[in-house]
Amino acid sequence: MSVTRRDFIKTNAIMATAAAAGITLPARLHEAEAAAPAGGIRWDKGVCRFCGTGCGVLVGVKDGRVVATQGDPDAPVNKGLNCIKGYFLSKIMYGQDRLTQPLLRKKGGVYDKNGDFTPVSWDEAFDVMATKFKEALKKKGPTSVGMFGSGQWTIWEGYAAAKFMKAGLRSNNLDPNARHCMASAVVGFMRTFGIDEPMGCYDDLEHADAFVLWGANMSEMHPILWSRLTDRRLTHEGCQVAVLSTYEHRSFELADLPIIFSPQSDLAIVNFIANYIIQNNAVNQDFVSKHVGFKKAITDIGYGLRPDHPTQKAAKNPDSGEFEPLDFEGFKAWVSEYTVEKASQISGVPADKLIALAKIYADPKKKVMSLWTMGVNQHTRGSWMNSNIYNIHLLTGKISEPGNSPFSLTGQPSACGTAREVGTFAHRLPSDMVVTNPKHREITEKIWQLPEGTIPDKPGFHAVLQHRMLKDGKLNAYWVQCTNNMQAAPNMNEEGYPGYRNPENFIVVSDPYPTITALAADLILPTAMWMEKEGAYGNAERRTQFWRQQVKAPGEARSDLWQVMEFSKRFKVEEVWPEELIAKKPELKGKTLFEILYANGQVNKFPTTETQKGFENDESTAFGFYVQKGLFEEYGQFNRGHAHDLASFDTYHQARGLRWPVIDGKETLWRFREGYDPYVKAGEGVKFYGKPDGKALIIAAPYEPPAESPDKEYDMWLVTGRVLEHWHSGSMTRRVPELHKAYPSAQVFMHPEDAKARGLRRGQEVKLQTRRGEVVTRVETSGRNKPPQGVVYMPWFDEGQLTNKLTLDATCPLSKETDFKKCAVRVVKA
Amino acid sequence: MTGPGEKKTVDRREMLAGGVRAVCGAGFFALGLGMLGRQAETRAAQSLRPPGALAEADFLAACSRCGLCVRDCPWDTLRLAGIGDGAALGTPLFTARAVPCEMCQDIPCVVACPTGALDHRLTDIKQAKMGIAVLVGQETCLNFLGLRCDVCYRVCPLIDEAITLERSHNERTGKHARFIPTVHSDKCTGCGKCEKACVLEEAAIKVLPAELALGRLGGHYRLGWEEKRKHGESLLKDIIDLPDRGYGDGTATPYGGAERGANGAFKEFKP
Repeated sequence: MSVTRRDFIKTNAIMATAAAAGITLPARLHEAEAAAPAGGIRWDKGVCRFCGTGCGVLVGVKDGRVVATQGDPDAPVNKGLNCIKGYFLSKIMYGQDRLTQPLLRKKGGVYDKNGDFTPVSWDEAFDVMATKFKEALKKKGPTSVGMFGSGQWTIWEGYAAAKFMKAGLRSNNLDPNARHCMASAVVGFMRTFGIDEPMGCYDDLEHADAFVLWGANMSEMHPILWSRLTDRRLTHEGCQVAVLSTYEHRSFELADLPIIFSPQSDLAIVNFIANYIIQNNAVNQDFVSKHVGFKKAITDIGYGLRPDHPTQKAAKNPDSGEFEPLDFEGFKAWVSEYTVEKASQISGVPADKLIALAKIYADPKKKVMSLWTMGVNQHTRGSWMNSNIYNIHLLTGKISEPGNSPFSLTGQPSACGTAREVGTFAHRLPSDMVVTNPKHREITEKIWQLPEGTIPDKPGFHAVLQHRMLKDGKLNAYWVQCTNNMQAAPNMNEEGYPGYRNPENFIVVSDPYPTITALAADLILPTAMWMEKEGAYGNAERRTQFWRQQVKAPGEARSDLWQVMEFSKRFKVEEVWPEELIAKKPELKGKTLFEILYANGQVNKFPTTETQKGFENDESTAFGFYVQKGLFEEYGQFNRGHAHDLASFDTYHQARGLRWPVIDGKETLWRFREGYDPYVKAGEGVKFYGKPDGKALIIAAPYEPPAESPDKEYDMWLVTGRVLEHWHSGSMTRRVPELHKAYPSAQVFMHPEDAKARGLRRGQEVKLQTRRGEVVTRVETSGRNKPPQGVVYMPWFDEGQLTNKLTLDATCPLSKETDFKKCAVRVVKA
Repeated sequence: MTGPGEKKTVDRREMLAGGVRAVCGAGFFALGLGMLGRQAETRAAQSLRPPGALAEADFLAACSRCGLCVRDCPWDTLRLAGIGDGAALGTPLFTARAVPCEMCQDIPCVVACPTGALDHRLTDIKQAKMGIAVLVGQETCLNFLGLRCDVCYRVCPLIDEAITLERSHNERTGKHARFIPTVHSDKCTGCGKCEKACVLEEAAIKVLPAELALGRLGGHYRLGWEEKRKHGESLLKDIIDLPDRGYGDGTATPYGGAERGANGAFKEFKP
């Protein structure tokens, strides 16, 4: 529809007159306005920037700018739908305070830790940065340099960074923010199955008869998956939904079986269910005898606190992930102490509700999907809790088939694809391999064409330890990319902030926006985001999705990938590797890390002519080869043939995402079961091939108390989390005016009786105080979250109210993931 | 609406509307002054009265235009009507889309009112009736379209009472649910938080004065299910039902009826 100026004036005149007369005209006249800018938009496929659901979107570009997006109507995950964050995707790159040039703290024209942020060139930024990294390396060696990355990195960004840190600088001090998010899920997978990531997929949502949420508020945190789950509940007769949490949230709205348990007691509940299944002869004996082994976890393992913390000192076996032998009879006897009375007493949940929950699992006719995220993962026994949920699925054989699915959801768009699969953890290498295994290092060094012994054999500093080491002056040159960890990490006052501002340290932060992490750094690098670069994410159901660069980044902003690769040019191998290592491969002499890691004949194999015509690819233009394809195809050598098979690079640009292992041109929806998974041979039925004996492990792990509980001084539980409108620290969503308006500031959700007892009114300003800090916020006694008495809930997206000043840096001792859901707090009038 | 190529027929209603349009176009300026004068009696739909306001005619009679309610509003929600506000000059009002009512527990605006134009009997803010939220933009509301916005619902101070989400199957995608925000006028106070928070460029949910927002059911009809709920059981006693031959008595499988397990769920197909 074309509109002439004359039509336009005419239309407006009619509308104005009609409005004056109080008449509403048909919408047809409005169409003239709506249709006008529609022409000339190029649409191409992309992925939502936010959570781990992985909704497919189409991105509309006009005049070098993303002007619109739409849910991809043919994307299998979301069928054209988005949540409210996805609706505003086109606005996230255009916040008014986008960073467009590097900023270095300077005084009198030179770098000064206490100077003001001053614009500098990339050259100067990298010069200062390289000097600082080299100084640290020279003085204290590779353990004094480190990097903190992200489950929002694209696959090749994580891969390039892992190479740069683990091989280039020979430091395993690389960890992703996914450590705060699903590290416990990873440890659970590895301990139980010996291979990471869910066996099932989102199709389970359309096959299950019952859903059990073990600490996941899917209604707000996975809105589109929640609409699929809700649809199943609506359309499948007899479908049941059980929701477990320490406070009432939006997912309770659908709950047939709502359960509020006291913090940490989920361990007792899940063990009771195992006991119930055994006591009521609901064990799938055939499945268990063929496919399951048993072990007992070493207990009293501490809380991941600093070694001199009294609570940590009291632990008998701190950080132990060891097992004791066990068999079915042994497990039966061990778990028998978890009677319904005991579980009810520990959890505060009425016995009849616990029995109703246990029956869902025990009923052999009911297909059950268990779902969880941060309630289970951010838990001082999170690794145990993950495995304990698998226990009940394994006892009943309800696993690896449509609808029977223990499903660990992820919070980040590429927690799976990048953080986990690429191996950006301090202890990991690509495809589930680890740095402590000599065989794994050998495989990695071979693919990377490096001399034997390049990759250090000790795990580096994990996320929480990085902050401690910064504070202690042991980690001195530190680079943060693609995450707002000052706001996200626990115990900011005692660990994070003192670490960044320690005069011994040089902190670099790459970000599109001036987050509080960037503003606590010494050098800020402006970063290209989302559609400003070619990218790939892997979502929670093993689906790998690609997109092309749609627009250019503003000013001098460059992608994380460009930054890492360009920075690697600043290091001659002699400056970072010992002589004896170089001597093993003399042809590397005199080369830069860029030449060794990226211009290695593999990564630079594909010419820029292979990039898609009509689309920019700034990294490939800068380096002279198809960077993303080279990195991805080298990475493919790790996973192809090793049960993580990814399809070819070009295939992903053609497809709407594929679920690995992709073999013989087919996706894999359910793993470990014959007929669905090509790694299970005919006649094997079920095979948990991650374990050498093909058997998954049922691990006996008990209830143990939390690290810090309310007492007289700090008399309530503090639970932190998210809201639907904002994603993580709000660095993107708070720059969308509509989302900001929809939820402008954090609040503390509190039971009305608790408020009354403290003389507090709804809307009143209050102080939340813990042993570590204080935050001022306002009281909300109604609204979306309804904590029971004794519990308060506060979201952490608001940089004006830094919730993580309050939290305790206690972690699961096995996964090193922080428990953001439990610490002691008091609430007083501000 | 008329499709392209269809012959457009003009009915009486449209003719009248056209007439009004013509009159307006010609007499707009002349009307302007007259309308200003008439503000004393009519109020624009977006101009909402403070909590506890009497019915409009009584309110206008009682309100002394003193402005004390405006002064005592801690959130600067209330203001005095000026020219063009579509309300009698100097009377207190608020515009939900600009600054909604925060529903203070102690209702300071009502306490401040010296004349009773804001009824002092209102002591529980949840009983206030400043207007009724209406989801007017059903074609643009993201939740109606199947997206997951529901910002209006979550921002509602009386969530799950004044606004609920009514779930339905999304026929287009076949596997998602739609969550339709549904306002319950008996609970809605008209605070306007929903209208303020609506993320659309023009709010799809708007607070309107009750007289505009609500229809009225004829007094000659009752809602059967509501009457039954109020009564606790059927209004009729001793009514019998006879069994159906061949259906539901376990002797035959009805047409199209797949086998079901004890929990009512379909039994898995096995050849």
